[in-house]
Amino acid sequence: MPGPSDPGFDTLALHAGAGPDPATGARAVPIHLSTSFVFESSDHAAALFNMERSGHVYSRISNPTTAVLEERVAALEGGAGAIATASGQAALHLAICTLAGAGSHIVASSALYGGSHNLLHYTLARFGIATTFVRPGDIDGWRAAIRPTTRLLFGETVGNPGLDVLDIPTVSAIAHEHGLPLLVDSTLTSPWLIRPFEHGADLVYHSATKFLSGHGTVIGGVLVDSGQFDWEASGRFPELTRPYDGFHGMVFSEESTVGAFLLRARREGLRDFGACMSPHTAWLILQGVETLSLRMERHIANARKVVAFLAAHPMVARVGHPDLPTHPDHALAQRLLPRGSGSVFSFDLKGQRAQGRAFIEALKVFSHLANVGDCRSLVIHPATTTHFRMDDASLAQAGITQGTIRLSIGLEDADDLIDDLSRALRAAQKAGGGA
Amino acid sequence: MRLELQGRAAFAYTGGKPLDTALPALVFIHGAMHDHSVWGLQSRYLAHHGHAVLAPDLPGHGRSEGPALASVEACADWLLALLAAAGIERAALVGHSMGSLIALELAARLGERATALVLLGPAYPMKVSDTLLSTSLNEPLKAIDMVNSFSHAGHAAKPSAPAPGFSLHGVNRALMRRLQAQHTVAGHGNLFHQDFQVCNHYAGGLEAAARVRCASLMIVGAHDQMTPPKASATLAQALHAKVLQLPAGHSLMGEVPDAVLNAIQTFIPEEAP
Repeated sequence: MPGPSDPGFDTLALHAGAGPDPATGARAVPIHLSTSFVFESSDHAAALFNMERSGHVYSRISNPTTAVLEERVAALEGGAGAIATASGQAALHLAICTLAGAGSHIVASSALYGGSHNLLHYTLARFGIATTFVRPGDIDGWRAAIRPTTRLLFGETVGNPGLDVLDIPTVSAIAHEHGLPLLVDSTLTSPWLIRPFEHGADLVYHSATKFLSGHGTVIGGVLVDSGQFDWEASGRFPELTRPYDGFHGMVFSEESTVGAFLLRARREGLRDFGACMSPHTAWLILQGVETLSLRMERHIANARKVVAFLAAHPMVARVGHPDLPTHPDHALAQRLLPRGSGSVFSFDLKGQRAQGRAFIEALKVFSHLANVGDCRSLVIHPATTTHFRMDDASLAQAGITQGTIRLSIGLEDADDLIDDLSRALRAAQKAGGGA
Repeated sequence: MRLELQGRAAFAYTGGKPLDTALPALVFIHGAMHDHSVWGLQSRYLAHHGHAVLAPDLPGHGRSEGPALASVEACADWLLALLAAAGIERAALVGHSMGSLIALELAARLGERATALVLLGPAYPMKVSDTLLSTSLNEPLKAIDMVNSFSHAGHAAKPSAPAPGFSLHGVNRALMRRLQAQHTVAGHGNLFHQDFQVCNHYAGGLEAAARVRCASLMIVGAHDQMTPPKASATLAQALHAKVLQLPAGHSLMGEVPDAVLNAIQTFIPEEAP
């Protein structure tokens, strides 16, 4: 077929959203550490404030460097646009508060990052937004949980930490049958492993702290809109389809047919809650995005070697990675995540808490801390850290036991990672023998 | 503004404020697979700067009920009815791509009632390749991606449209996909193929140009692969049009929004006739 085609993933990762700087010729994206931007005239100022012209006013609302990150991630996801936020949690909150208010309801996967679970189960409930949690694979459960007040379905591409694979095509179809959007947290997969919009998701967000940044240096989030969800046809979102008194009576869906959600989110949620991203943070995340595919390839290759090693080790009761045929979502992962299901996964040690402690404390290459998606390999014990607020029943629903260890496989030499794990497993074995 | 035209629901964006027909009127006419929102960075400003703005969704595109109309002439007739229903006697006309042909036909029909004609990304004839037409018929999503790629000079146009943080490619693709889906779901068939057939079949350009009574401006993209600058030369000559070339592709309104706005604002009459 003759004709042009869009640039590939790696080209977009380097070029989308920014060319050489017209003012200086700088080829790398400049860091615009400026709170605010000079108006050309009073008329120009008024036009920017009233969204008659596009441009930057104040860095809480938008910033030239941050906009490059937003536009680049949007391009990588195949979305219409994006908003960078202070953290992944801020991105989730921005999505929800743009679509829901007191009296609203959310249907969410039960296999969520602990922080997301806290927000939905405890904090948003305090503000009148209720959530029903459903096992991600319980398709009938998703449908049954929807109420007249539901505004959003929400899950993770691969659930944290059990790597339950969300059946995005099926769950999005259920959402759309009810005039609802599906929001997906794609932090653990990044757009290199899956582009959720291609499978029916409407909104995607990332904790950019993880793989997008990749270097464990900054906290940030990105919320991306596919532009595909028809808010007017749904009839459930007057925030987007009726005049908004907080912005000159603007009807966002009329201003921009496919950009209504992001316009409202920026002009309300980002403006009023203020959880914006620093341009310096955006620049650091951009450095990570530029090498995303190279890093993800190595993350996946290393993870596969480590998974194979652990799956064969006598001290390991279970490895929860969808690459393994024993994982309940193996077939789904093969279909939705053909490049791999990520490098963050959990396994269950044989033994009790003492073995877990000995294992973690014996590791030398892996760092014991609360993060994933770093270029360095990481380890944590979810039951006592990231998911410590959850009771045993909730832990079980999320696929976590007292012996569960979560690993985030980095970019080191795989042999060194396996040596480190091997030594730590011997230490765990000894601890068991002494018990 | 929502109204009924020819028995069907119709929508025209008025720039975020009520239409004041005492002001000089300005009609923005979108192109194939688009709706009024492609004019966001021109229409809203001018509506807040002394103009009565009408940016309609053509039938079958967005909020105006389908099916899409089958010819440039039919679209011009529909717009004549829209102007009458909105109470607009005289207007400046701005059209993009397929919409530029419709604006030309409308200007010919309005005669002295057209106060200015601005054509963005025009071509005459606006021939569509057989390859694209057959792809639009058999693989419309693939055709959308082809046209989307053809329509932009790069992936980093600034300032971003409609606002910082938007990917112009992504916005355009999402809009085309949504309009295609809506038209299909409504039982009206393949909008992409229909719109491109409308462009391909239009043969009245030179006759219409001879009937135009107002001044004309053509705004062309130096890097336009859909309607390259040279494709508008015949029509420019027939209209005695002023030609402005901007550093952009076919999606001029999003790629160089301020330059397009400034050109329109400078060219159109400031006072109500």
